[in-house]
Amino acid sequence: MKKLQFFLSVAACVLAACSKPAATSASAQLEINGAGATFPYPIYSKWFSEYAKIDPSVQFNYQSIGSGGGQKQILAQTVDFGASDGPMSDENLAKAPGKILHIPTVAGADVLSYNLPGDPKLKFDGPTIAAIFLGKITKWNDPAIVSQNPGVTLPDQDLVVVHRSDGSGTTYIWTDYLSSVSDEWKTKVGKGTSVNWPAGLGGKGNEGVSGQIKQLPGAVGYIELAYAKQNNLPYADVKNSSGNYITPSLDSVTAALAAADIPDDFRFSMVNPPGPDAYPISGCTWLLVYAQIKDHAKGEKLVQFLKWAYGDGEKMASALNYAPLPDSVQSRVLARINEIKY
Amino acid sequence: MPEVIQPTTVSVPAPDRGNRHWPDRSFRWLALLAALTILALIALVGWELYSGARQAVGRFGFSFLVNSTWNPVSDVYGALPFIYGTLVSSMIALLIAVPLGVATALFLTEMAPLRIRQPVITIIEMLAAVPSVIFGLWGIFVLVPWLRDHLYRWLKEYLGFLPIFGGPIYGLGMLTGGIIVAIMILPIITSVSREILRSVPNLQREAAYALGATHWEVIRIAVLSYARRGIFGAAVLGLGRALGETMAVTMVIGNSPQISASLFAPASTVASVLANEFNEATTEVYLSALFELGLVLLGITILVNVIAQLMLHALTGGATGKT
Repeated sequence: MKKLQFFLSVAACVLAACSKPAATSASAQLEINGAGATFPYPIYSKWFSEYAKIDPSVQFNYQSIGSGGGQKQILAQTVDFGASDGPMSDENLAKAPGKILHIPTVAGADVLSYNLPGDPKLKFDGPTIAAIFLGKITKWNDPAIVSQNPGVTLPDQDLVVVHRSDGSGTTYIWTDYLSSVSDEWKTKVGKGTSVNWPAGLGGKGNEGVSGQIKQLPGAVGYIELAYAKQNNLPYADVKNSSGNYITPSLDSVTAALAAADIPDDFRFSMVNPPGPDAYPISGCTWLLVYAQIKDHAKGEKLVQFLKWAYGDGEKMASALNYAPLPDSVQSRVLARINEIKY
Repeated sequence: MPEVIQPTTVSVPAPDRGNRHWPDRSFRWLALLAALTILALIALVGWELYSGARQAVGRFGFSFLVNSTWNPVSDVYGALPFIYGTLVSSMIALLIAVPLGVATALFLTEMAPLRIRQPVITIIEMLAAVPSVIFGLWGIFVLVPWLRDHLYRWLKEYLGFLPIFGGPIYGLGMLTGGIIVAIMILPIITSVSREILRSVPNLQREAAYALGATHWEVIRIAVLSYARRGIFGAAVLGLGRALGETMAVTMVIGNSPQISASLFAPASTVASVLANEFNEATTEVYLSALFELGLVLLGITILVNVIAQLMLHALTGGATGKT
């Protein structure tokens, strides 16, 4: 009998020890759920894990299910915030039960990568890239490419265009850029997360495209700057609207952000901006939140988090190969965040 | 044939009868429930796909199936290139995997020395456990360069006058997709065929030998004709897997929604476009069109199975295949 009593009391202690903190933290810890874009997933998960150390009373869950899913779920109000690599269309915004704010967070760039013997450093202007992706330039020694690359011997080799086969923000930025530099592209193909490609092969994800570029001699395709840097892939300098050939880098992307014309609803495109140092093929990613958040506690925590993200959070961007927003943009967005009601 | 031991019922006390049979009855209900669950699942999937696709069905109607343009930017959706890609890549896979699988099964049951049978069987069955994405990666980094530099070059040189082997060679394309799927469905076709060949009674073989048949004739007359229905079933199982194969195909087929005479050209399948585009489909019509593609894939699978059943019926003249 004694034994049993002892056993029971030990068991009770263990149970209490296990369950008590879990129970209290579960009841006190607020869960804020979000879903959407895959491109910013590394920086968002870094933010959420860092923020958990600052404010342990709130836990952020983020599912990187793609921009389409992010927009759908914020419209259906099944998440507290959405995330998207492209701004929401007027059509989709009209379906929302309340006003949805676009909060730009970080920017990234697309680079043109290629497979040529010796990995020469190449230069391209917009119309040439558009002609390649329209299937009009088919040889590496085409005069349009040769004239921009004096000193590089280009082989008489077929160009094989590789593009993303999956819908992605990377493709949105790329086609947005091509539409801005080529009227033919704009009318024939247009911009979107997936388009009807006039030429080439499709690879799934950055890894699929870069895998195909590596495998196919003479291949040319676009990938995310961060991915190209992490994997040491060759990429080209691109001529911007001021006529300078710009090497893609976080600095030249931030320069593009500073030069971009950003409207008050923050639904903007930053391809081909006017600045002399701006890299022309870049784009932003957004968090989507309602201007009027129904749940007071969640709204309060979410706004606190957004303010933190714009202060300390942005400083973590460069280490993960994202371009942070310039101060001028940050202060405008912060003013908008302060207007969120809850 | 070993003597069959009949289940015997011996001296059951009558009063217990009702109680003793409740396991029988409940098992029957359980089994029925399991069978109905599968039917209900298929119906549910079909209904969900249909309700998701309703907008696209209403907007595009029949043209969805015959239009060959897939343009998410202008919201024009036609499924023909994907249907074509799915059917052709699956056919290529079957053309390669069925002869190879059946021949392997024949070798294992009729010819191989006993001591190597088990290792070979284990290796084949291990092939079935390899994840799809691994086949895809292996496809990109090992198979594609080899095919491009050797087999395809050879095919183009000697058979290039045929339109199916014309056009530029990328390495990625319809034929590569078919070959990858063939490798993936090989284990199931081999394993099922082997079980079926093993079930051919030895009496059949011995009778054929007694009539003076050679080894090949025994296989042809006594074994294959006895087992053809089952082998056909193995092929249909393989086809089912080929139609729905997604990841590995996506990685090597080139993902271009076009209908080209050349098997070297990039193509796209229903399953691969779903995997590619579902995540980022932002407009309602786009999403609905993707749902309709799912419905089309379900339809193709059912249709192909029905056709296979009809073919089998014609082939065996309606017999059950046990003679």
